[in-house]
Parts: sequence; C-alpha cells; structure tokens
Amino acid sequence: MPTYRAPIKDQQFILNEVLNISNYSHLHGYAEATPDLVSAILEEASKLVENELQPLNLSGDHEGCTRHDDGTVTTPKGFKEAYNKFVEGGWSGLTADPEYGGQGMPHLLGLCLEELLVSSNMAFAMYPGLSLGAMAAISIDGSEEQKQTYLPRMVEGAWTGTMNLTEPHCGTDLGMLRTKAEPNDDGSYSITGTKIFISAGDHDLSENIIHLVLARLPDAPKGVKGISLFIVPKINLNDDGSLGDKNNVSCGSIEEKMGIHGNATCVMNYDGAKGFLIGEAHKGLKSMFIMMNAARLGVGIQGLGLSEVSYQNAVDYANDRIQGRALSGPKAPEKAADPIIVHADVRRMLLNCRSFNESARALAMWAGLLIDISRDESVSDEERQWSDDIVGLLTPIIKGVYTDRGLENTVNAQQVFGGHGYVSEWGMEQFVRDARITQIYEGTNGIQALDLVGRKLGGNGGRATQAMLKMLGDFLAEHKDNEKLADFTGPLADGVKDLQNAVMWLMQNGMANPDNAGAGATSFMHLMGHVLLGYMWTRIAAVATDALANGTDDPAFYENKLIVGRYYMNRRMPEIKALLAELQAGADDVMALDAASF
Amino acid sequence: MKVMVPVKRVVDYNVKVRVKSDNTGVELANVKMSMNPFDEIAVEEAIRLKEAGKVEEIVVVSIGPKAATETIRTGLAMGADRGILVEHDDEIHPLAVAKILKGIVGEENPDIVLLGKQAIDDDCNQTGQMLAQLLGWAQGTFASKVEAEDGSLNVTREVDGGLETVKLNLPAIVTTDLRLNEPRYASLPNIMKAKRKPIDEKTAADYGVDATPRLKTLKVEEPAAREAGIKVESVDELVGKLKEKGLI
Ligand SMILES: Cc1cc2nc3c(=O)[nH]c(=O)nc-3n(C[C@H](O)[C@H](O)[C@H](O)COP(=O)(O)OP(=O)(O)OC[C@H]3O[C@@H](n4cnc5c(N)ncnc54)[C@H](O)[C@@H]3O)c2cc1C
Repeated sequence: MPTYRAPIKDQQFILNEVLNISNYSHLHGYAEATPDLVSAILEEASKLVENELQPLNLSGDHEGCTRHDDGTVTTPKGFKEAYNKFVEGGWSGLTADPEYGGQGMPHLLGLCLEELLVSSNMAFAMYPGLSLGAMAAISIDGSEEQKQTYLPRMVEGAWTGTMNLTEPHCGTDLGMLRTKAEPNDDGSYSITGTKIFISAGDHDLSENIIHLVLARLPDAPKGVKGISLFIVPKINLNDDGSLGDKNNVSCGSIEEKMGIHGNATCVMNYDGAKGFLIGEAHKGLKSMFIMMNAARLGVGIQGLGLSEVSYQNAVDYANDRIQGRALSGPKAPEKAADPIIVHADVRRMLLNCRSFNESARALAMWAGLLIDISRDESVSDEERQWSDDIVGLLTPIIKGVYTDRGLENTVNAQQVFGGHGYVSEWGMEQFVRDARITQIYEGTNGIQALDLVGRKLGGNGGRATQAMLKMLGDFLAEHKDNEKLADFTGPLADGVKDLQNAVMWLMQNGMANPDNAGAGATSFMHLMGHVLLGYMWTRIAAVATDALANGTDDPAFYENKLIVGRYYMNRRMPEIKALLAELQAGADDVMALDAASF
Repeated sequence: MKVMVPVKRVVDYNVKVRVKSDNTGVELANVKMSMNPFDEIAVEEAIRLKEAGKVEEIVVVSIGPKAATETIRTGLAMGADRGILVEHDDEIHPLAVAKILKGIVGEENPDIVLLGKQAIDDDCNQTGQMLAQLLGWAQGTFASKVEAEDGSLNVTREVDGGLETVKLNLPAIVTTDLRLNEPRYASLPNIMKAKRKPIDEKTAADYGVDATPRLKTLKVEEPAAREAGIKVESVDELVGKLKEKGLI
C-alpha cells in the first residue's frame, strides 16, 4: 500500500525563506501566521492526512460510492468518520472569514493544506474542496442574508457545496445551457433541468448540500449573457434556519468512471427545486468565474499533489527493488543486484517528478500570496492590480501545466515500478487514473491554453503580459552579476527571450489568423510554464546559495535544492526550444486536412 | 483539582534514528522532534478528567531546550491551560528531572502529576517513580485506566500477570501506559488559541537543582546487523545443528 509523508518542511522553507511571508504582516491573517503557528498548523494537518485520510485512499478507490435504490448516495467505508474528524478539527474554516466562524488565515496557507489533502486522498479532498468554491461565490456575490444563512454552517463543514454547470449537451460551451429558473411569488425560483457530472452532488458526509446552479430566467437573452446563478439547498431551510423538508432535487445516478472512485459524480435532476438568485440576474457566469478561478488553482494543486505522492512512493521502491547492475560497476556488491535507483534512466524519471514538484509548489504558493495581496485593502491600488494581473496569467498555467505534468509524473512514478506499477496492489495505477480527470474538468486544458492566449495575454492591451515580462527582466538584471547563480540565470534568460519571441509571434500572427493562436496555445502554455518554473528555481537557488554562504545547520537541504534545480534548468528547460518551434510552425499544417478526411 | 503534566521533547517516533559518526549519541540535527507519545497520553488523560468535571486546571511542564516550547504548545493546543518551560540545553537525567519537578510541585501544588511511563528516547522509566519517592506521594504506574473519586484515584495497572487496580490517596503520581487512551488531534481553533496561552520560563537553578549528569555515556552503537540464517532440510538436521552448537 502506498505511503505518504506530508512535505511540510518544504512548504515552510517556501513560506519563510523564498516568499518571506513575515514581510507581509500588513495583509489579513499574516500577522498572526507566525512561523511557529504555521508550523503547529501544518504539523497537525499532516497527522490528520497521514493517519486518517491516506489509509482510506486505496480502499476508497476499490469500493467507490454507492447509489441506493431510495436514491441516497453513500461514500466508501471510513469516509464519514474521517470527514467528522476533519470537521471537528475545524479544518474547513482555515481561511474563512472569522465573521462566519472561520480562522481567517491566509489563502496561501489554504493552498498548503489543499496539497496535503489531495496527496493523501484526492477523492476525499474534493468534498471539502468543492465547498470552498461554493463558499467563495456566496461570500463575494451573496446578499448579507444569504451569507448569514449559508456560510456559518458551510465554514463549519456541517454543510458542503457543489458547482452545477455541465449539462448533457454542454460542457465547455455554457452559452447553450437550458436549465430553467422560473420566479415564484415569494421571491424564490423554481429550477428545472438536468445537470451531469456533478462532483459530490450527493453523499452522506454532511447534513445538507448547497448546490450552486447555473440556469436561465424566462426573459434571459440567448448565450452566455443570459445565465444566472442560483443557490439550491438539498434540504430546504425553515425560517429559523433549521433543516426542513427535502427540496425537489435528486441524484439520478452516479457515473462509472476511470478514477476518483471515492468521489460521487452525479447526474442531478432538478424538478422544480426551490432556488434563490445569487448576484445579479443574467450575470451568473461572472459569479461562476469567481468559483472557477479558485477551483482552477485547486485543480492545479491536484496535479501537484498526485505528482508528489507518486514520487515519494517511487523513491521508496527504487531504493528497495534490486535489479541489474549500475553501468559504472556494482554499487551494492553484497547483494544479488543493485537497487534500481543507481540506473540513470530511473533517476531521470524520479528527477522529472521532483524537479517539477518543488518548483511547482513554490510557484503555486507565490500565486497564493499574490491572491492575498490582490484582495487586501491595506495594499495600494497599483500593487493590487499588478498582483491580480499576474494571478490572471498564472491561473490557466497552474491548471493546465500542473495537471498535464501531474499525469506525466504519475506515469513516471508508475514506470519506476515496472509491472508492479501496472497491477492495482501497489496503488500506483490509482494515482494515474486519479490524475487523468484533472486535465478535463474545470475547463479542459485546451480551454486553459485558449484562455491564456486568447484572453489573458492580450487583455487590457497586454498589461499583464508586460508586467510579467518586466518582472522577469528586473529579476534577471538584479542577479546578473551573481556568479554563483549563473547556472540558473543563464537558462532563465534564454527562456525569457524565447517567451518574448513567442508572445511577439502570437501578437503578429494570432490576430491575422486566429487559428495560429488556437494551434499554438497549448505549446505556448507549456513554454510559459517552463519559464515560470525556471524562474521559481532561480529564486530558490538564490535563497539556497545565500544560506550556504552564510552558514546553515542543514547544508544538505540547500545543496540538494541546487542539484535538483540545475536538473530542471539543464534538462527540462530545453523543451522550450521545441515548443517555440511548434508554435511558430503556425496553423497551416493543422488546418489543412479536410474534416471528412480524418 | 489541578493536574500537572510533564512533557518531553523527543525524536519523533516515525524517524529512523541514526547513531552519530563519533558514537557519542544519536543524530538530532535536523531530525523531526515531537512530544513523547506516552506524555501525549498523559495530556489526553488530564483533558478527559477536566472534561468530566473532575479537574479545573492543567499545567504542562517541559524541561529542555528553548524549542521545547513547541512541545508545550502542542499540549496547550490539545487543551491544557498553561505551560512552564524549564530551559535546559544539556543532557539531563531522570533524577535531576524529578528534583526540578518536585520544585515545581512545591510552587504549583497540583493534586495529581500525570507522567508518561517512559520517554521513547532513553527508555529510562524512572522519573515518575523518583518523583513519588522525593515527594513521599502515592504512585500508580503503567496505568491503563484512571478513575477519579473524591480525594482518591483508582488506577488500573498493566502488570506481568494481568491487571491490578490500586487506590491512591491524593496527592498522587500516575504514569501512563499505551492503552490508557488514544490522544486526540488538536483542532485548528485550539491551535490558534494555544498561541495566546501563557508559558512561564524558568531554569533548573530557580529550583535550586544541580542538573549536571551523574552518568557518563561511553559509547553509542548501532545494533549489530542480523546475519543471514540457513535453511535446514529436515528436523533431524535442525536437531543436529542445535546439538553441534551446544544449544540443546
Ligand atoms: C469526474 C468528473 C467530474 C466533474 N465535475 C463537475 C462538477 O462538479 N461540476 C460541473 O459543472 N461539471 C463537472 N464536470 C464536467 C466537466 O467540467 C466537463 O466535462 C468539461 O468542462 C468538458 O465539457 P464536456 O465534457 O462537455 O466536453 P466538450 O465541451 O464537449 O469538449 C470536448 C473536447 O472539445 C474541446 N473543445 C470544446 N470547445 C472547444 C473550443 N471552443 N476550442 C477548442 N477546443 C474545444 C475540449 O477541450 C475537449 O477536448 C465533471 C466531469 C467529470 C468527468
């Protein structure tokens, strides 16, 4: 059975040494988030995920969820007890507003917790994960009364949330959605329609489920400008807020699927269910995007979390499994063969994972810090705007790149196990199956790439892109004379140049022929992902060289950062060249084949 | 009633301990440290007594380096009320610990001192007994069940032959065994609250104790690696081999 050790030492290194969060005590929650408190929180979180959630991962996958004849849905054995522990521990309120019972900690810390939850048990993590998205939408767009009605119980974890966008005939293109909302006399609405693929749509973990549902009002304009967002509780609330009778919403079936078996993916039938408009009529997609942006980062973290846990298990296996001899001569002559970690090709697979994990963790946490800055009133308008712009660029990259790499790395880790990775006993194939969905939901990765290239890159006259390129240029200028960092700044400078060329090419050729942008979007997204991960490695390397120069009681930690970082700069960054060439090859060869000839 | 719970910062039980290259002890640099598991059980038991309305205040005490503050905070996050850190950086042995604890008992006047039966680093299993002797208090060691009555405690002990229940008049010393309870996870709100709970800082000298070790560690070595065994074909061969070695 796989094991998991929460990488909280690395998280604390990033918080305290790379991001220096003590410099941000003016932000909400940061003054309180001192290193000792953060350490206590992460320590306790790791106990919970290692001892309670991780042991249920494999069994939850084998058992899956069950829809019973009476329409109720139950989660795998042990999930409910584990969820109760999660709720008793107050973990669902980590970053929530203290006004509604939350602890008001930085969102940055929420991302740290999210990674631990996902690595230990992704299917489980999605239940509280979807609540976070629903809470975000209610706190930003809900009326005061809606906040008071729903948030305290959701923050507590007694109620969970869902997001209902997808319908049988529309997933990506929500403009076609059909679910209807008709006004009732009492100001509520009757919701009718079918939603499919709804994660955590029904289950036995919480007393009530608060569905956030996209639907159309009778007078709605066609397309995406006619979609409104509604709150639809599974169980209606009485006037005093207590649970009343069942609402007219039910789970019609749960999907048989490739992975995340412990998470119920439901067909939800709304048959005149009582709902409440949230935010403005016809502006539902805007509200939904609030949820989506938070959720997209969360899905990116899923890619990272699965890459991390599968890497850890592959390392253990590579140290144990003996097979063949090192090319340079036996390393364990006393044994019948050497442990496979001596083989360069096995190391390549492990290092592809590790060099991604550590920089991706740092980049996601930096994004978390920028989100906190972008929402804080104590910060100047310019800085908020800047942070928001950068987060806008980072969101599709974290979603798209992390989940593509996440799948790739779970396969790398599985490959280290040879045939034992393919059979279910070792649990490695589960990581691969679980990772696969992350490339699809919350907007497919193709759509992430288009969001980046079509919307974010040129948005506001390219303001965000210019800010990003300027930041990278300034960073390189600041470190250009640092000999010790040359192994890092050299490849990064090349990468930034290629990024500039890619942006330029898209500006010149994407406008003239939009298919050029469409054909190159995925290449561009990965190109930019490499540059940003290289940037993070360079920041980490700067910290590590300083620590080693100033003396540290843990030199191995920093030396290993430099070793793994160099691996990324020298062996992963060159992919940028191929991606740039692919982008610049344009759309002609992509569009030439007639659809009928495929 | 008031309960005092001494807690020790030790190498985490998950860590694979390694001997230092100069054989003077085990490697502690950059190793994960946490509260001695038996002490965690003691804290949990104290909290259960408090939740049952038998106890008003729980004081956790740690004798060790500054970093032992974290260990005290862990106890506070579980539900203890305040802490005392007796800062001491060097090696310290059970007798000195017991003397310091006696000094603290003198100031705090607890009704019960609840300790782990031993610490998983040196496995001494002495401090509770020594403290009982120094204070002249009753002791119930290796407790697997604790029931509070008026002015006394019934302590069920795990002994070789089975279970023994003793009645202790208060004040008394109790040391915990593994099966006494399963310690809770600290909740997030309690972790946050623990940050604001007071921790007093003291030194051994404040209690007039000379904590200089009276034992000297000569050498620490890894256990010898187990050698591979041999397979025998038959019972006769096995008996032959055992006879050959003079074992039967
Ligand atoms: C396990 C699981 C859980 C899910 N959870 C939820 C949930 O909780 N809530 C919810 O609302 N939905 C959920 N979904 C639905 C998911 O978000 C959608 O499946 C996804 O958005 C894709 O929509 P689709 O399946 O209709 O594919 P389509 O939109 O039909 O896309 C098919 C393919 O065409 C591509 N494509 C489509 N349009 C374009 C375009 N304009 N340009 C380029 N390429 C395009 C896509 O990238 C994709 O490769 C879940 C799905 C699964 C499988």
